[in-house]
Amino acid sequence: MDWNFIIFSVVKIAVVIAVVQGMVAYAVLAERKISAWIQDRVGPNRAAPPFVKDIPVIGPFLIRLGLFQPFADGLKFMLKEDFTPAGVRKAFFWLAPAIAIIPSMLVVAVIPFGSQLGHQKMVIADLNIGILYTFGIVSIGVYGIVLAGYAANSKYPFLGGIRSGAQMISYEVAMGMSVIPVLLIVGNLNLSRIIGWQTQHGWLVLYAPVSFLIFMVASFAETNRLPFDFPEAEQELVGGYHTEYSSMKFALFFLAEYSNMIASAAMMVTLFFGGWTLPFWGLDHPAATLGQGIAHIFIFVAKMLLFMVVFIWVRWMWPRFRYDQLMDLGWRRFVPLALANILATAVILWMKS
Amino acid sequence: MIVNRKPLTLWERLYLPAIVGGFKVTARHLFRSLFGGKTITMEYPEQKWAVPPDYRGAPYLVRDQDGNTKCVSCQLCEFVCPPRAIKIIPPGPVGQLADRPNAEKIPKEFEIDMLRCIFCGFCQEVCPEEAIFLLRDYSFTGLTRAEMIYNKEKLLALGGTVGGVRKWKQKLEEAGEQEDFPVKI
Repeated sequence: MDWNFIIFSVVKIAVVIAVVQGMVAYAVLAERKISAWIQDRVGPNRAAPPFVKDIPVIGPFLIRLGLFQPFADGLKFMLKEDFTPAGVRKAFFWLAPAIAIIPSMLVVAVIPFGSQLGHQKMVIADLNIGILYTFGIVSIGVYGIVLAGYAANSKYPFLGGIRSGAQMISYEVAMGMSVIPVLLIVGNLNLSRIIGWQTQHGWLVLYAPVSFLIFMVASFAETNRLPFDFPEAEQELVGGYHTEYSSMKFALFFLAEYSNMIASAAMMVTLFFGGWTLPFWGLDHPAATLGQGIAHIFIFVAKMLLFMVVFIWVRWMWPRFRYDQLMDLGWRRFVPLALANILATAVILWMKS
Repeated sequence: MIVNRKPLTLWERLYLPAIVGGFKVTARHLFRSLFGGKTITMEYPEQKWAVPPDYRGAPYLVRDQDGNTKCVSCQLCEFVCPPRAIKIIPPGPVGQLADRPNAEKIPKEFEIDMLRCIFCGFCQEVCPEEAIFLLRDYSFTGLTRAEMIYNKEKLLALGGTVGGVRKWKQKLEEAGEQEDFPVKI
């Protein structure tokens, strides 16, 4: 038993989970604030713990920014009545939120969120099959939603569950195919190695822009974000698959959605935007000093946040697709495009070698 | 009706013009509300809505120009009140006398349950003494139900004074308007 490994792993897991959950809470705030600004509103600006109001200048500014709203939201979710409607399938009803959130947390395990701190690699599990693992775990995420729709014993959640099942399976095909050119170029499934390749050759988005486009659109569909938010289309399905849920169970679905967003943002950064690298100031090779290691982590998080803003912005920019348009886009546009992309990349690589 | 939609061109089907257009509109609004401060939100407790003069807010009792209670405890408003929010206790045969001339009675107690009131204005319309008016208050808060039942003192204090004796004047004007209502037989 390597105690060193176990202790460092536990520390990394605890820190990553805490950071991801914190980011989820503040992603909700960012969502509300950005939507408010886009719609000429002010957004949450009232939540204030008693002592903060007395701090001059900074206190009121932070309150106006809504920085304490996530605490209020979290408290509200915990204190609300956890209502179980009559006629639900109890076992599945309880299982669904857990199945929804666990995969979204597991995906983060293989993401290299920094190069090195001291001698520790900044990744929880440096798997050789990182990408395959991610796709395997992400496809489990569908079960949470489908189970929630089935267990609720109510027509709108049921429709939401069915829709999400069809949508996520369809887009997983395109998503999986879109990554293959990246694997062809790099020749490795390990996410750390993919970043390592990018430190030498430049970001992969320059080599595989079509892959990036398909991956991004597919990840919008995978995370049920607008313009593909069919499982929870409020105007059509009341609340979608989580209509019958309340309190902390609902909060778990909420957390799962935002954790998924974070995971997809992290995947996009890792696969296409060089992970923790920056092409200047000597930040493009594994850190030698502690300061550089911390800088790399901050670079990674900053890139992720940029993608989170894109996710949020897009939600308030475009209307929802129609269901047949979604399927049309997935199967008749992106799957052939991804196939052609694989073929083109393979041919170019073959001609070069 | 069948709307003939013209088929989208290839350029439009790429969604690119829509993406750029959407980005431009949302970015414009975002920067305007973030840096220009041009938000349309009215931040309620600090900013308040300008209530129009004929707004039907809370019904309050009013005093006349001499500070006397106008209400003569006739109980018409109590009878007309659709949700039965008004409760009047008349003074009885040996009760308190009115505090003004030309009036015989004064209510011993006058209560309006603001939780039941529907702000219809029937009480103001029916009152022969013009003693109750729907004023402009729209924001009531209370921690208990009992707190939301306003008694005579509270209603009089909140109502204030409506100066001048206007009794029957408005009714006469209304009747006059109906006299020469332009109806051709």
